[in-house]
Amino acid sequence: MVDVSVDRATPRARRVGRAATVPLPPALVWVPAAMVAAAMLLPLAYLLVRTLGAGGEALDLLLRGRTLAVLVRTVLLALAVTGASAVVAVPLAWLTVRTDLPLRRVWSVLTVLPMVIPSYVWGFILVAAFGPRGMLQQMLAGPFGVERLPELYGFTGAMLALVPVTYPYILLSVRAALWGMDPAVEEASRSLGHGGRSTFFRVVLPQLRPAVAAGGLLAALYTLSDFGAVSLLRFESFTQQIYVQYQASFDRTMAALFSLVLVGLTVTLLVAEARARGRARYYRSSGGAVRPPHQVRLGPWRWPALGFFGLVVFFGLMVPISVLAFWLARGVAAGEPLRLVWSAALRSVYASGLAALVTVAAALPVAILAVRYRGRWSGIPERVAYIGFALPGIVVALTLVFFGARYATPVYQTLGLLVFAYMVLFLPQAVGAARASLLQASPRMEEAARGLGSPFLRVLARITVPLVRPGLLAGAALVFLTAMKELPATLVLSPIGFSTLATEVWSAASEGFFARAAAPALLLILVSAGPVAMLTRRQGWHR
Amino acid sequence: MRLFFRVPTVSALLAAVAMTLVLVGCGGAAAKETITVYSGRSKELVEPIIQQFQDATNIEVKVRYGGTSELAATILEEGKNTPADVFWAQDPAGLGAVSPRLTRLPDSLLSQADPRFRSSEGRWVGISGRARVVVYNTQRVKEQDLPTDISGFTDSSWKGRIGWAPTNGSFQAMVTAMRKQWGEEKTRQWLLGIKANEPKAYRDNTSIVNAVGTGEIDVGFPNHYYLFRFLQEKGESFPARNYYLQSGGPGGVILVAGAGVLETSKHKDAAQRFVQFLLSPVAQQYFASQTFEYPVVEGVRTHRLLKPLSDIQSPSIDLSDMTDLEGTLKLLRDVGVL
Repeated sequence: MVDVSVDRATPRARRVGRAATVPLPPALVWVPAAMVAAAMLLPLAYLLVRTLGAGGEALDLLLRGRTLAVLVRTVLLALAVTGASAVVAVPLAWLTVRTDLPLRRVWSVLTVLPMVIPSYVWGFILVAAFGPRGMLQQMLAGPFGVERLPELYGFTGAMLALVPVTYPYILLSVRAALWGMDPAVEEASRSLGHGGRSTFFRVVLPQLRPAVAAGGLLAALYTLSDFGAVSLLRFESFTQQIYVQYQASFDRTMAALFSLVLVGLTVTLLVAEARARGRARYYRSSGGAVRPPHQVRLGPWRWPALGFFGLVVFFGLMVPISVLAFWLARGVAAGEPLRLVWSAALRSVYASGLAALVTVAAALPVAILAVRYRGRWSGIPERVAYIGFALPGIVVALTLVFFGARYATPVYQTLGLLVFAYMVLFLPQAVGAARASLLQASPRMEEAARGLGSPFLRVLARITVPLVRPGLLAGAALVFLTAMKELPATLVLSPIGFSTLATEVWSAASEGFFARAAAPALLLILVSAGPVAMLTRRQGWHR
Repeated sequence: MRLFFRVPTVSALLAAVAMTLVLVGCGGAAAKETITVYSGRSKELVEPIIQQFQDATNIEVKVRYGGTSELAATILEEGKNTPADVFWAQDPAGLGAVSPRLTRLPDSLLSQADPRFRSSEGRWVGISGRARVVVYNTQRVKEQDLPTDISGFTDSSWKGRIGWAPTNGSFQAMVTAMRKQWGEEKTRQWLLGIKANEPKAYRDNTSIVNAVGTGEIDVGFPNHYYLFRFLQEKGESFPARNYYLQSGGPGGVILVAGAGVLETSKHKDAAQRFVQFLLSPVAQQYFASQTFEYPVVEGVRTHRLLKPLSDIQSPSIDLSDMTDLEGTLKLLRDVGVL
């Protein structure tokens, strides 16, 4: 039996010669990349400025047993959420891209949507639905006399609230990788006598490793920086400790020191991800036209597959929508006016759309530099891109308050600065996706075009961008969806009076007006569905 | 090969959206004076009364809504460039944090509020009062079985039945009041006593009232007005009610939401007029009847469901004395609650 497992040095995943063959990056790549990197370093600069004033007391607080225990628990939660997300996402991605699953298009939209629900809304919903005395218990109380459901709060509850928000990270990046994968390798595997299963585990899955790692990194960092879900589900997390600092004493020094610990954790995770990714290349080494990939016929397996999708969509979408609709109906029945905040929806879409465009544009040079011009320094912008994402939203918001109010007064609290904040927060989502796609696109075509005298920008527009389109679209979708639900930066940095759906939901829910929060929350899901559908449709091979 | 967006379509769409936004954003006479309010109080609660102020005066009010602590931190980071003219905070701690940046209010304004409910340096004034209460589940607890003082909940009969919110600003203010009235040691004993009863730690007052209503816990320690939101939304059958502790101890301390004018404000007169309006009978009546809070000036009727302020046995603690949040946090950490 011939082993065609795809590892570092197989014929398919061929290394690009020696370091000497890597050309120096043109200024059109490294200058914008360096500027983006400088922007991404702002939060770090702010934290260092604020930490300089920290005394021994702050350090004592950081090093006391309880803080360290919370830190360890938070890391465990991040790992568990990431693992669970991968288990959910990889089969979903493969089934929607590579099989004849009925209603693939519909599923591929529906399975991404849970992430658009803000995690604090997930918190409220989970407590309402599955809390010890929630709706499920009420349903079971009559027929079965269930007095109390097992404790939802703590680790389990936090996981349940975070997995629906984080698995789409892995889903989208894996899906993009599947689209971009060269079917020739799988065909070779099959022609060498491997069955579908063996091919999947030995050829497809290893090729997906960078995509899983990239998505998993985002899932882990999202968990580290989340405040809304963990606090409502009564899981004491490290980010919650940071919020307590701001909330209680407005002590920005202590909060900054704690945030630096998160930056340290991020660096650790980045190193781990880089290891998982390896140095392999994933593009086609041969010439010839690319065929659509082999489609697996599910046969009777489509029923369990559909069941799996049904289950994911039920918990990820049906449960939250039902709870929200219930709140809405109860409120309307009690005489609450039904307020559809279309103007807020418009503002959300506008700001998030701009954020998606700007962030993808910023991500492209960073990804090109890291992938195409691999050298000692070229990977740095790509790595520092993750800092903003790993920090709690309020820290990034205060960073831009600090620099904006001092050095950029004319643009302070304008839409431009808000979009910039979204970019600082969400850039890694776009960079990760773009990088994964670039890894799959052979540089030979670009080299050929340049060799024939095409100027750099033209090669970029005519060859590189179309080649990495699936990744860019996945990145744009991710940025759009996360910007739609972003709260802390929107509250502090938006133009005054610029309420979005996320701020409308928060404004009502934080005061306990669940009925009033329901309408904008439902609108948030509805409005996000359109762009997700469009992006998913365009992600495919055809056209 | 094509670019990944159809450029003309997308830019046309964006241009259309931009136009709409510009049209929505503009309009209105230019001669008006404009003030900027940073409001830690929710839009749901205060937007109507701000609208009334705008209707009654020639002053336009722009409001940035957010969490009190986030906005306080924002004002501190903005420094002298802050666009805020007025800071309207949920709790005295938020006001305390920015009070070095607040200007002294005129006595005519300060003197309208009860002396307990304003800054001793005259930098902020209370706008509406909120009482700390015990909320209990009416199906699981009888009112007469509740202790008269909050110290009664350290009894082991309450084991596993209590909910609290140690990270919440109002809770921490109550602990500060305990330290003032009881002293460090008794407060520590109380915290340890409650901790021994294995309380469930919630995120905020809303979560506590919700949990009491569902029967997840039997009693909790929130502010008084959250209950009324639930009664409004879920009806009178919602099985939770407020209980006012009768001992006059710190468990029933009255806290305030308040406002101050920023020292850097270029519209101090207009800003003070706004604060003045919030103390006017119209606004005070609004808080009393719409947000179920207590008025801070004399002569305003409270909501019929609310126990009048004069009937509440609350400790007479000066709120501006309660600035030692550091000490409270330290204590909460020492006993392992935070």
